Formats: sequence, C-alpha cells, structure tokens
Amino acid sequence: MKTKVRVKKDFYMSFFAILLGLLAGAVLMAVTGNNPFEGFFYLFRGGLMNIERIGNTLATATPLIFAGLSVAFAFKTGLFNIGGAGQMLIGGLCATAIGLTFDLPKPILLTMIVFGSLIGGALWASLPGLLKARFNVHEVVSTIMMNWIAYWVIYYIVPQYFKGPFLETESQRIPEAASLKVPWLTELFNGSYINLGIFLAIIFVVISSLILERTTLGYELKAVGYNRDAAEAAGINVNRNIVLSMAIAGALAGLGGATFYVGFASNMQIGVLPSQGFDGIAVALLGANSPWGVFAAAVFFGLLHTGKGFMNAMTAIPPEVADTIIATIIYFAATSVLIERNWDKIKKINFAALLNRGKKDSLKAGSGGEQ
Amino acid sequence: MDYIVEMNNIRKEFPGIVACDDIDFQVKKGEIHALLGENGAGKSTLMNILFGLYQPDSGSIVLRGKKTNIANPNIANDLGIGMVHQHFKLVHNFTVTENIILGLEPTRALMVDTRSASSRIRELSKRYNLNVNPDAKIEDVSVGMQQRVEIIKMLYRDAEILIFDEPTAVLTPQEVQELTKIMHSLIDEGKTIILITHKLREIMSIADRCTVIRWGKVIGTVSVSETSEEKLAEMMVGRKVIFDLDKKEARPKEEILSLEKLTVNGKDGGHGLKSFSLGVKCGEIVGLAGVDGNGQSELIEAVIGLRKPDGGKILLHGEDISNLSIRERIEKGVAHIPEDRHKHGLVLDYTVQENFILKNYYQPPFSARGLLNWDTIYEHAERVIKDFDVRSGQGVEASARSLSGGNQQKAIVGREIDGNPDLLVAVQPTRGLDVGAIEYIHQRLLEQRDQGKAVLLISLELDEILDLSDRIAVIYNGELVGIVDADETDENEIGLMMAGGKRGAAV
Repeated sequence: MKTKVRVKKDFYMSFFAILLGLLAGAVLMAVTGNNPFEGFFYLFRGGLMNIERIGNTLATATPLIFAGLSVAFAFKTGLFNIGGAGQMLIGGLCATAIGLTFDLPKPILLTMIVFGSLIGGALWASLPGLLKARFNVHEVVSTIMMNWIAYWVIYYIVPQYFKGPFLETESQRIPEAASLKVPWLTELFNGSYINLGIFLAIIFVVISSLILERTTLGYELKAVGYNRDAAEAAGINVNRNIVLSMAIAGALAGLGGATFYVGFASNMQIGVLPSQGFDGIAVALLGANSPWGVFAAAVFFGLLHTGKGFMNAMTAIPPEVADTIIATIIYFAATSVLIERNWDKIKKINFAALLNRGKKDSLKAGSGGEQ
Repeated sequence: MDYIVEMNNIRKEFPGIVACDDIDFQVKKGEIHALLGENGAGKSTLMNILFGLYQPDSGSIVLRGKKTNIANPNIANDLGIGMVHQHFKLVHNFTVTENIILGLEPTRALMVDTRSASSRIRELSKRYNLNVNPDAKIEDVSVGMQQRVEIIKMLYRDAEILIFDEPTAVLTPQEVQELTKIMHSLIDEGKTIILITHKLREIMSIADRCTVIRWGKVIGTVSVSETSEEKLAEMMVGRKVIFDLDKKEARPKEEILSLEKLTVNGKDGGHGLKSFSLGVKCGEIVGLAGVDGNGQSELIEAVIGLRKPDGGKILLHGEDISNLSIRERIEKGVAHIPEDRHKHGLVLDYTVQENFILKNYYQPPFSARGLLNWDTIYEHAERVIKDFDVRSGQGVEASARSLSGGNQQKAIVGREIDGNPDLLVAVQPTRGLDVGAIEYIHQRLLEQRDQGKAVLLISLELDEILDLSDRIAVIYNGELVGIVDADETDENEIGLMMAGGKRGAAV
C-alpha cells in the first residue's frame, strides 16, 4: 500500500518536472521569436513520426537506460556512482576487443560480448567499491578518477592494438557478426539503427527490479543504503554490500557501453568520454531511482535527442533548445526532491488552510444570511 | 485567586485526529502548573496554541481576565508569554548575548549594542541564580547551560508566564535538581510556570497543581499535595498502572555470558573498558549501573560484536566469541535492544514488516534460495505486532518512521524477543517512553528471565535498574566497582558506588 502511494507521488514529481521543463522551453522559443507549438510539434514529430524514427529514439535511449540503471542501483545502496562513463568505456572496450579478436558465429560471439562487457564493467567499478569499503575513500572522488583512467586506457589500447585502417584516433569497424544490429530488426524499423540492445535493456530493467524488490540481496543492499548502522548492527556485512553494489552498477554501465559501441556505433573513438555516462545521473533522478522509472525517463530523453535535429531542420529553432529543455527538466527534477521532502507539510498546510477558510466563509455566509 | 491564563473550550483538529477536544485549562498566578499526558495526548498542541504557533479551531483564551487573540508568537511575547521548547532554538556559533537579543537587538548609532545587553543579562543571571556567562558561545556550553540561556531569553523579554516543554528530558539528575531550584526562585519573583511533562516524579516534587490530558481531553485537574503518583498514572493511562512489578523469585541457572578481563580501548579519549570481568546466568537479570560515559558503550559494542576487544575474553556458553562476526553471535543467541533506536535499531525507511526480518531475512521461512517470501514475512509481522502490541496506522506496511517512539521501541523489543534469544542485551530499553510503554517493556524483560533466559540490562535510570535487576554491577571509569544483590541494596549505596566508592568503604 505504502509503496503504491510512493510510486504515485514519484510519478507526479517527475511529471511536474517534465511539464515545467517543457514550459521553460516554450518560453525560450517564444523569446527567440519562434512559435513554441510549432517547435514542440516538430520536436516530437522528429522522434515519433515514423517507424524508423521510433526505432532511432529507442536506440538512443538504450545506453541511457543502462547508465540510468547503474546510477539508480548504486544509489539504492547509498552510493553515488559518477563513474558510469568510464565503466561504459571499459565495457565497450571489452565488447570491441572480443568482436575484433574472435571469428565465431554471431550467437556465440554476442553472448561472449554481453558477458565480457558485463564482467569488465563490474571489475572496473568494484575497485572504487573496494576502496570505499576498505579505506573509506569517497566513491564520488574515486569514480571520477576512474573515468579518466578509463579514458587514457582507451587512448593507449585502441591505437596500439585495434587501430583503424585510416585514422589513428579510432578502432577498426567491428565485423557484422559482432554487432548488436540484426537485419530483421533494422528492416522491421525501416532502416533504423535500433539494435538488440533495447531487448537487453528491458531484460535488465526487469532483473534490476526483481533484485531490488524480491531478493535477499536487494533487501540487504537497500538496508545498507537506508541505514548503514542499523544494517551493521543486524549482522549485515556492510563492506561486502558496498563492493557488490558497485560491481552490479558497473556491470550495468559496462553493458550500456557494449550497446553503445557495438550496437549504436560500430567502432570506438579515443579521447571521448561518453556523455551518456553522465546523463545516466539525470535519468536516474527523473526516474526516481526505480528501474521502470529509469526506463521511461531514458526513452523520453531519447525522444528529445532524436527529435531535436528534425526540429532544427523544419524551424529556425536551434537544436540547443532541446538540450536546454533537458537541462531544465533535470533542474526541476532535482529541486522536486525539496518539494517531496516537505510534501506532507505542504499537503497539511493546504488542507488545514482550506478547511479553515471554508469554515470561516461558511460562518460568514451563515451570519450574513441571518442579518 | 484569579486565573492568569484561562483556555476555554479549545478545539484543534488535524487531518485525521482531534488533538484538542474542547479543552478547559486554567492556571493561577504564581503557581507551577504541570500538564501531564502520554506522548501524543495533545499537551504540546495546547501549549503551541497558547504561544501563538497554532490557531484553535474554536474556543477562547482569556489572559489576566481579558479575552485575547494570540495570532503569532510575537504577540505572545508582548503578552508576557515565553516558552522553552524541548529542542532549544539557539544559534550555535553565536554567543549567549547574541542569542538572547536576537530579534530585538538594541542599537546605538546603527551598531548593535551588545554591551548594555550583556550587562542586563549578567544582572538577570545573578538575580535568578542562573550562572550564565553572556560572552560564552553556545557550542561551548553544556546542555543544562543552554536551557538556562533559554530561560534568560524569556526573562529578558519580560515574560511572566513561562512554558517549559519537557525540560528535564535532556538533563542529568544534578541538572534536574538545579532546574527545580531555578523554577522555585522564578515563582518567588512572581512568575507563573506551566510545565509540560510525562514524568510523574517530577510533578510530585515540583508542581503545585496538575492537569491530566488523555486523547485530547482533560481528565481532571488535581492539587499535587492531594494526589499520588499512582493516581496520576492511572489518570494519564486510563487504567491501573502496576508500579510494583510482578517479580517472582529469580531462579538462576548456569552462567551463559562470562566476560573475562575484557579490555577495550576508549574512543575519542574516553575511559574504555579496563580488565572488566562479569558473569550473567540464565534466568536472571543483571543490571549495569553507572554514570553515562564510564565504559558502558564499549562493553555493549564488544559483546554484540560492533568492536573487537583489545584484551580479555567474551565467553558465551563457555565458547570464546570475541572474534566472531555480529551475525555469528546473533545466530548463537545474542539479541540486542540498542540505545539509539533510530541509529542502530530500525531502518526507518523500511516498513514495519521489513524491519521485523532485519536479522533473519536470509533464513527460512522468510526466504528460500535468495528470494524473499513476502507472504510469510507479512504473516509473521502481523503476529508480532499483535503479540507485542505495536500500534501502527497502516499496520505492518507502514514505514517504521511513521510510528510513535513508543511503538518503534515495542517493535524492536518484539523483533529481538521473538527471535527467542538466550542472552538479551537491553540498553536503555525505555528511554523517552511513556508510562504505559515502560510498564509493558519491563514486563516483557521479566518474562524473558522467568523463561530461563539471561538479560543484561544497561540503563542510566537507577530506578529501572533497581526495579528489574536481580544483581547489579556498578561500572566506574571503565572498571567494575562491585556487584551487589538487588534485594540487599538501595539507591544510596549504588549512588556512592557509581561515583567510584568501593562497597563497604563508606561504612
């Protein structure tokens, strides 16, 4: 019962944030001399107008879903994982390396890629977990540093071992057999770059949700996140849970890396931290750290990202407006935490005040009538 | 004598509850009037109405014979009403003077004139024997001193009617005595005091009259000299309260817990525990008495496993457990009612049912192969809240945060006792609870004993130790002062031992 109430409240909060974000976007369009209705029409049309566009929206959303899940999962254990970008790079590197090294039938190769990127990301992220558990190094600092370590690892390994035929700054293209893109899906969506990653994402949304709600593991992780001291006093091994939580978060981000580098794209570039790693924080925030909330938020962001080019082509509105809308939504989602914290107070005040006013009014009306 | 405060037919409703149900409340000038009731009875709401923080839905307030409307605390101040809240409202990095003048700073040539203010504070402090240094910073002074600053704050504003909300909750016994003296000197200077409390003994020793509130209704106003603690308790709770616990003869059996020369280094320059030896037998309650901070927390943490001992042994059933993990100790039958229920006892954002399985969620029947069995968890929780009288608005699916303090504590006691432990380490098990809940928890602890289980009771309330224990160990400076039989000792002897005097030394 209580959980349902919570979900409903979270939904309203996120909905409210999106509404205000869109409103801010509308004001921005109007101020720059454009028609907001036209702008939004093309923005959403760009993401939804045909099956190909819908496919692209989902393809854009896929790495965001994983990055968001990663942040949300760690957050349930009270950890702030800012290392999504680095974990995606390592996951992507594992996937690319496997794809370029082995010449195997597609099903076997893809299975190896999935597990390779999952394990790579998990190991990468468990290092900050270990540092936190053993030496109490704050995970925000260590995950950010791990991002840059990953960045330079890619910088070294890709040109050294997987150099592309033309450019020093990118890897070879992965072979057809190693790509998450499959012909039937591409055809189904009319040539979109949608790939198997979206199914993986849905599977892992379900798995994350099950772990958190149904398993003793999820129970432990959340207990540690809500109250570390009580969890410890109850005999729960806090340090083990911190490492485990980071490893799972890293595994999710690593998979996100695979869907990005061997699904959405087909090679790796050096010198770039994937922005999805950071957007994952916003996705988790808007999705209220619940797996299905993350899914919805990521698809919405995917929609805006896909539609903004079309909006720009059809109107004079610059594509940056879409980014501004996203930023504003994040802003309102973040401040909605404040609203939520005082939610009960706000409700009470309104209720009591309304009640009082109603009573006074009716009293006044009553006495007035008598006179 | 005329009434200085008359509150007539005060009614205040909040969504879902009636906090004040047509309350009549009168205070005479120059008296100490206690307002007694259990947690949530409506005492604080009534006083917040008098102080202008809430507006009543109906009813009237008559001050010094004149009907008044107190719209906000500033008006209350102007009318000579002052309030010391349970949680002090002080700015910690301000000095005493700065805190007191906050809101009505005297100025001279656009500068805050702290000098004249502090001399006036010095004068007030002297007159009422408050011993407050106007130049000290709040963060540097003791809790008792902070309370006296709050008192001066009222006096500085020329308050005549002083409301104290649970003033002794945060004080040591010595500070309580000092506060009593201060209150009497305030009365001598013509002030009137309203004292909100749920402690009966305080009322008997300080107050002149007492109004009892239960479920938002006035049960009655009595003169303290014509009543007794038992009668007040009955009025407050609504039924007879058993002060003399139904305590049978203890039948101690074999020793279950033995501490052998246990040494734990103190944290932050504390005393720690020095070569401490103590045995607890099955079927008895051993009380550990001592002034706060004399090694009790080190002892508790070492026994339940939060801290590794630096020397000595902890034997449970004759087996050394000092290197076992917390979980292994729990599985061997050690239960723990922690001192701080919010920090160590409950996960407040978990529901009641989730909190009940905090220590055994990983075992059947609550889970199998890593999957939680929600149906069993729900049924188990339903049974425990019934067995232990945990009252919660939304039953077992309410968050632990939404429960009242007493019910949170009952939930912890329920969880720990329901696990059928061999040894129960109960630390301040009734801290901050009202009479009904205290009585209930005491009964449960005795039941444990009568069933042949061992209880180690650590409490700062000497009464609780004396009432419940079969044997009392006194700790001072991290060392064992002595062990006495509860039947053969009294408050005086224990008090002396708590100050470090060996038994018999005083005689």
